[in-house]
Amino acid sequence: MTTRTRVPAVEGWFTMDAEAPALIGQRCGSCGTSVFPGTALACPNPHCTQTELDRVELSRRGTVWSYTDARYQPPPPYLVPTDEHEPFCIAAVELAADGLVVLGQVVPGVTVDDLAVGTEVELVLDTLFTDDEDRDVIVWKWKPVDAGSPS
Amino acid sequence: MTAAGPHDVAVLGVGMHPWGKWGKNFVEYGLAAATDALRDAGIAWTDVQFVSGADTMRNGYPGYVAGATFAQALGWTGARVASSYAACASGATALEAARTRILAGLCDVALVVGADTTPKGFLAPNAGDRPDDPDWLRFRLLGATNPTYFALAARRRMDLHGATDEDFAKVKVKNANHGLANPNARYRKAVTVEEVLGSPMVADPLRLLEICATSDGGAAVVLTSVEYARRHTTDPVRVAAVSTVTPTFPNTIIDLPDLASDSSVSVGVPERTFKQSIAHAAYEEAGIGPDELSVAEVYDLSTALELDWYEDIGLCKPGNAERLLRDGDTTLGGRIPVNPSGGLACFGEAVPAQALAQVCEITWQLRGQATGRQVEGATVGVTVNQGLFGHGSAVLLAR
Repeated sequence: MTTRTRVPAVEGWFTMDAEAPALIGQRCGSCGTSVFPGTALACPNPHCTQTELDRVELSRRGTVWSYTDARYQPPPPYLVPTDEHEPFCIAAVELAADGLVVLGQVVPGVTVDDLAVGTEVELVLDTLFTDDEDRDVIVWKWKPVDAGSPS
Repeated sequence: MTAAGPHDVAVLGVGMHPWGKWGKNFVEYGLAAATDALRDAGIAWTDVQFVSGADTMRNGYPGYVAGATFAQALGWTGARVASSYAACASGATALEAARTRILAGLCDVALVVGADTTPKGFLAPNAGDRPDDPDWLRFRLLGATNPTYFALAARRRMDLHGATDEDFAKVKVKNANHGLANPNARYRKAVTVEEVLGSPMVADPLRLLEICATSDGGAAVVLTSVEYARRHTTDPVRVAAVSTVTPTFPNTIIDLPDLASDSSVSVGVPERTFKQSIAHAAYEEAGIGPDELSVAEVYDLSTALELDWYEDIGLCKPGNAERLLRDGDTTLGGRIPVNPSGGLACFGEAVPAQALAQVCEITWQLRGQATGRQVEGATVGVTVNQGLFGHGSAVLLAR
């Protein structure tokens, strides 16, 4: 059995650690402001003049700020990973330590009935689609943390 | 009648091409609206000194230079020109360009025009791979459409304020009734709560009949100095303020097309959210408060967003919008009717024309010309909207 090639859907936005992945953001060494995605050219705090931001891994766990689903197939450049569109959930997740709310798809199999504002979730990696070189194109997703599991 | 302020300009004429899915060139809609507005103002095209166009991104180069496109369609006169793009606020930004030129004393008469032709279905980003464009990335990485963002706000509202599916449906029922008699509305059909709740779910908790469509349409405004207007009419509708504010850091609510909010760890959350700041800036500029409003046109991209606006423009305290709706306060005949035109629920969105269409409606309301949907005795009205990339606008009108 050969291992399939995995490539990130976007370069430098998350670690490719299959077990404990993390989003990669920026943090300002002067004022402490966090940024995601880590593409800021300068600190976004208008009271701060720092132009050099540190690359940091963001919290792997957060709580659902809001959520919805996509019942209809989104238009391109979204690529359908399966032959037919299967509805998926999207969650906006609050990362308290970073002061950020970050969007992400929720792992397959989760419906809106499984989510609530305040649900604890963790970051995982999943296949977004398979490209024309038969590589798995990877993206971050949110996965509900079962109550009582170790943190 | 309210007293004119030192920074007022006059709306001498308004005009629209009806909203629909006509499949024509956008210039045709803009030209029809402009011609109507000039006729309404009682002036000739050759009297216009400044043409301000609101751009469309879906119609190639002519859409990016909309001011010049409309000027050429009307016939070159040597008038000064500008073209503006500010997503859903484009029309208001074009209006602001005209207002400031008039207030600077550089001209007396301006024509503001916006028009669009839109494809069916979800609004999608421009073609081509652009992995550094958040509007491309949100579709590619998340499949996050515009209704995704509307639905996140709707679910949040349910959780924070106890809004129900039925509350959201009632917004659609109200607006559908308001738009029945509006000749410029695309949809003129009453609906019931049951029909709304029976329509297919698009982005939970929002259903098909609760999310605005995309439409073709055109709207135009003849804006003049108050002195000029008084030579043509005794009591013109006046623009008392225009707000085109940007958000204040940290913007802690995820807005289209962002994938994350600003971080709130280093700077405290501002006194007002972005949406709250939009109308507030107009009230401050005009010295007119929300308690003086007779009527409002708000951007109901979804039913739930209309309820958010009630609070964000100061009609009630946060959490009380459902009560305002349930009590009929925002229905025609109520204390403060909202979207007497029928709103986006009856129009669908024609992006660069929409903010101007809101101004047209308030103008007709303040003149007492909104046949079949008139707010009796209206003297002050506000328009408000929010678009992508930190754009939003409010226009405060008085008579």
